[in-house]
Amino acid sequence: MQNSRSIQKLNKTIIYLLLGVFSIVSLLPLYWVFSTSMQLSKYQDEELERPVSYVDSNPPKMYPMGIPEYFEHWGKAREADKNGDTKEEAYHREVMDNIVSDTFSGFTTLFQKNNIGRWFLNSAYIAVVVTIGILLIDSMAGYVLAKKQFPGRNIIFWAIIATMMIPGQVTLVPLFMMVKNLGIMDTHWALIFPDLAMVFGVFLMRQFMYSIPDELLDAAKIDGASEWKTYWKIVLPLARPGLAALGIFTFMSVWNSFLWPIIVLNDANLYTLPVGLKSLQDANLASFKLLMSGAAIAAVPMIIVFIMFQRHFIKGLTLGGVKE
Amino acid sequence: MKPVQQTSNSVVIERKPSILSQIKKNLPAYLFLLPKLILFIAFIAIPVVWAFILSFQEYKIFGSEWAGFDNYIKVFQSEAFYIALKNTFLFTVVTVPFNVVSALIIASLIYPLGKLSQSFFRAAFYLPTVTSMVIVAMVWRWMYNTDFGIFNYILGWFGVDSINWLGQSSSALWALIIMQCLIPFGVGIILYLASMGSISESLYEAATIDGANGIQKWIHITLPLLKPSTLYLVLLSTIGSFQVFTQIIMMTGGGPGSATETLVHLIYKTGFRDFEFGLAAAQSVVLFFIILLFSVIQFRVLKYDE
Repeated sequence: MQNSRSIQKLNKTIIYLLLGVFSIVSLLPLYWVFSTSMQLSKYQDEELERPVSYVDSNPPKMYPMGIPEYFEHWGKAREADKNGDTKEEAYHREVMDNIVSDTFSGFTTLFQKNNIGRWFLNSAYIAVVVTIGILLIDSMAGYVLAKKQFPGRNIIFWAIIATMMIPGQVTLVPLFMMVKNLGIMDTHWALIFPDLAMVFGVFLMRQFMYSIPDELLDAAKIDGASEWKTYWKIVLPLARPGLAALGIFTFMSVWNSFLWPIIVLNDANLYTLPVGLKSLQDANLASFKLLMSGAAIAAVPMIIVFIMFQRHFIKGLTLGGVKE
Repeated sequence: MKPVQQTSNSVVIERKPSILSQIKKNLPAYLFLLPKLILFIAFIAIPVVWAFILSFQEYKIFGSEWAGFDNYIKVFQSEAFYIALKNTFLFTVVTVPFNVVSALIIASLIYPLGKLSQSFFRAAFYLPTVTSMVIVAMVWRWMYNTDFGIFNYILGWFGVDSINWLGQSSSALWALIIMQCLIPFGVGIILYLASMGSISESLYEAATIDGANGIQKWIHITLPLLKPSTLYLVLLSTIGSFQVFTQIIMMTGGGPGSATETLVHLIYKTGFRDFEFGLAAAQSVVLFFIILLFSVIQFRVLKYDE
């Protein structure tokens, strides 16, 4: 008995150890983005004559070197303050300010010189518009496909499902020509319209709407509610968990979408974040601190969304795949 | 208003109603469907049909010409296509099994843990999936850097010389494959966890009574019951892997030479750098059939091979 319990304890330790190692591997790249984005890049070391960069250093620095440097000078400044040496203190305070501005210099450069604020807003605007549009349009379609009998219903549903099998690259060239003919090349409409046509949400919504009891809908009808009112007041509130999942996935896929935007966007003022990041990389191959600062800015919103809505992420994934 | 009569519509109907009256009767339903239908037809259905038509045309700015199978012949005669196919295939064959199996292992390790550790590890493994591949590719390029990259630094601990990971054709594709293997398959882990949760506890209890140990239970109960999830995940990741693009354009641009050229990158280059629309359309139709073929094969193998 004693023996088997200690085996179990050992097993548990091994499991945690393995998972710990795996999750370090999993999270290391993200950590590296943030660490490099805040690495000191032109630090004026006291002993060295010239400024040093900890970004391009071998061996690589595992954390932002500004942190220990900052506290070192903070300690020295306090000591100088205690000794009443105001000149010495002012010097260390200045170094501390320099460390802070150097640490965040990637971000300030991006906002001042590279328009990243604009890209951020473009991404946010497109993602929000598409998400709201998809939620409305797909829930309407999913509702009637799940709950109404009408001629053509099955044909429409299967046509939509069948195109889910077709890889998006097939429509790249025709879409490009179409967007050109419509005169919406190099506008945000060229991104929004094809995104609104995505069909995954119809499928998800239809699955979800099935579970809404018919009695509720019939009761609304008997009370004289119009079709729109039934949908708006009864169906939508009941479908909220499904809508949350669909909303998050739509937002994520639009926020991260890349291939189509790099084809249709040319004007740097219209770039979304991923396109902007690519242009940044093309222009600043060597400045990894700058690139990682841009990457950090693009990554943070999705990380926040994920942490806030983790439950809905999981719900959406399992709705799409586990059933049957 | 007589709502009661409206609801019982199946009582009187005997003769087949005309199409017009059918549409009229179901007008609300059609109106609800209309926005999606218009968008679907305009931006998916027509482009799909158009792609097939384009693939049989030679594109010219003023009116395209019918070209029969010329584009397809060109596709299959070009060396670039076979290189891209081979690279994409190698990428898929290595990464898909690796990712699915590692997702299964990680999920199996997470599942018996307490609620708090479960959700911690779930988040740790899913977080890289929500960040854009553009970002992931940028940082991996940095980690693969010959002089300052973290990988060469780690290899240095073991006395291995620095490798120019992405800069030489012998290692570039493998660098991308290793990267894909080390990015956790977050969707897979979460799906497996959900499926494990739906397996009835009584099965395990019965096996315990029969004297089965943990590993035996895993092999004889968990694994077979996860088969539908496995099928879904293999399909999902195969389709995704055949479309690999972002890493390529962000990290190697298909090079050096054509060492990391993949199908979608080739389509992108053909269509939007060389503006050979007909040829690009034909390549994308071929890609579609390759993916379809693989999906059918996998479906058969995994579903009926009991």
